[in-house]
Amino acid sequence: MIGTRHYLLIGILLVFSCFSILFSLLSGSVELSITVVFSELFNPGSELENQVLREIRIPRTLSAFTTGGLLAISGVVMQVLLRNPLADPYILGISGGAAVGALSAILLGAGGILLTNAAFAGAIFSIILVFGIANKFGRWSVTRLLLTGVVVSAGWGAVINILLTTSSTNNVQSMLFWLMGDLSQSQVHVGHYALLSTGLVGGLILARSLNVLSRGELVAQGLGVNINRLRLILYFAASVFTATAVTVAGSVGFVGLVIPHTLRLLGARDHRVLLPCSILLGGSFLVIADSLARSLIAPQQLPVGVVTAVIGVPTFIFILRRTISK
Amino acid sequence: MSRLEIQSLTLSIAEKLLCKDLSFTIEANECWGLLGKNGAGKTSLIHCIAGLREFDTGEIKLNDRNVAEYSRAELAREIGILFQDGLETLPATVLETVMLGRHPHVQSLFKDSNDDFEITHNALRDFSLTELCHRHLDSLSGGEKQRVAIAMLSAQSPNIFLLDEPSNHLDIAFQVNVLKVLNSTLNKRNASMLMATHDINLASRFCDKFILLFEHGEFLCGDKKEVLNQSNLSRAYDCDIQAIETDKQTLFFPI
Repeated sequence: MIGTRHYLLIGILLVFSCFSILFSLLSGSVELSITVVFSELFNPGSELENQVLREIRIPRTLSAFTTGGLLAISGVVMQVLLRNPLADPYILGISGGAAVGALSAILLGAGGILLTNAAFAGAIFSIILVFGIANKFGRWSVTRLLLTGVVVSAGWGAVINILLTTSSTNNVQSMLFWLMGDLSQSQVHVGHYALLSTGLVGGLILARSLNVLSRGELVAQGLGVNINRLRLILYFAASVFTATAVTVAGSVGFVGLVIPHTLRLLGARDHRVLLPCSILLGGSFLVIADSLARSLIAPQQLPVGVVTAVIGVPTFIFILRRTISK
Repeated sequence: MSRLEIQSLTLSIAEKLLCKDLSFTIEANECWGLLGKNGAGKTSLIHCIAGLREFDTGEIKLNDRNVAEYSRAELAREIGILFQDGLETLPATVLETVMLGRHPHVQSLFKDSNDDFEITHNALRDFSLTELCHRHLDSLSGGEKQRVAIAMLSAQSPNIFLLDEPSNHLDIAFQVNVLKVLNSTLNKRNASMLMATHDINLASRFCDKFILLFEHGEFLCGDKKEVLNQSNLSRAYDCDIQAIETDKQTLFFPI
């Protein structure tokens, strides 16, 4: 059900997203003023500052926003699909597969596009592997999917540890950065925006069915939802969103788990509201975290995954305590 | 108004035969009781009728059309089920949950229609949930949750109500009350119901026709008078059951 307070929430989050983007454009090792940012928007210049903005800050900010949005909707979908509040985008082993791909690429000395491709290939392999095992005997149940995912995840974890312990110190540094989530190498392009938009539109079309599925698979079937088709769509959609996000930014933790819960606690339980809000809050949360990651100890950078946890944990606990005491 | 026809249905689960060649027809405005001991197949039978479980042989026809030919959404406008398992709880309020009962009827992807709100509020009122409507599901007692599930089914407004243990978790007053309200809904809409229950006396108060499941796929099916008696019930439950006549109804109890 959608009420005035939900429109208000979407409005607030839109404004918050704009502020987070502005904040991100202004933070970093080179000081930029608001005037430069606004003049660049309308009248691109060629000063150093303009170049920093155009070639570094704006792409990185957009990467952060897109990644955060993808992780947050993927988290929403996983939680409904598995009807488990602990579900996050990585629970079914997608990030593990991507990590093994990425780490192997680093080990072999590959970087840039090869590394992203390796990560994406690893993620896709893991998606198919988990689905193949869970589905082997015809029917697949959510419990089976969850167990398979967790087991495959653990398997990837072991492989990651082998790669870490057998690599040279130099490689280990970049591997750890990748594992904690890092936006410094990230590149998003029109395909990523298209994917996020598809996620939003598709999600809104399915939103009512998601509301029903939140009450359980039998109830959903009783209310006319074709859950076999819906589950397939949800599994593959959430997987592709996660695989894409992980490929862009490594395994940034916390966004996919906590953003949906925070919004539910704030009253956005209906998926017609929850999905758009998740994109906005997930996106702006990661934008802010990334801004802090590159400015807190500048010129050194922190992995953004560390910052998401450092801001996210206390904020979430605060919201949780406030809503419980009501 | 709908007609549900079960024709020579044979159903087994994990090699165990639950019923063999079961045939009966639920006409509009009929109330059927489904009795049998634990594991006799009451829930499985209800799931079969709702198209949620496959069966070995036989046919289930709704208004002369095979149930398998209906889409899930079409079927949900005709047949509604109260499940034995509660509503899983990702957070939601009572009002939001009961409103989900309108899902098979909604027209717009985004807008909730005034009709849907009105039907939902009537259902909340019917089952004494109006005051709880902004409460979260996980703050409710078992009986309150059961009433939410029943109100959701009532908002769904199907022509055939399949109830799996409707009196679960309900106190003695609500057991009667809820069924009275459902009964008057049925009468108003010419709808029918099939209710699986362990409460023989409650069923005998509200149902006119009965299916009694025995072991090894045997069953009895017919009017209350033919099915509900000491010897049939004792055989079905494998336990001595006696009847006492009161001025309102015959009561059954185990010795």
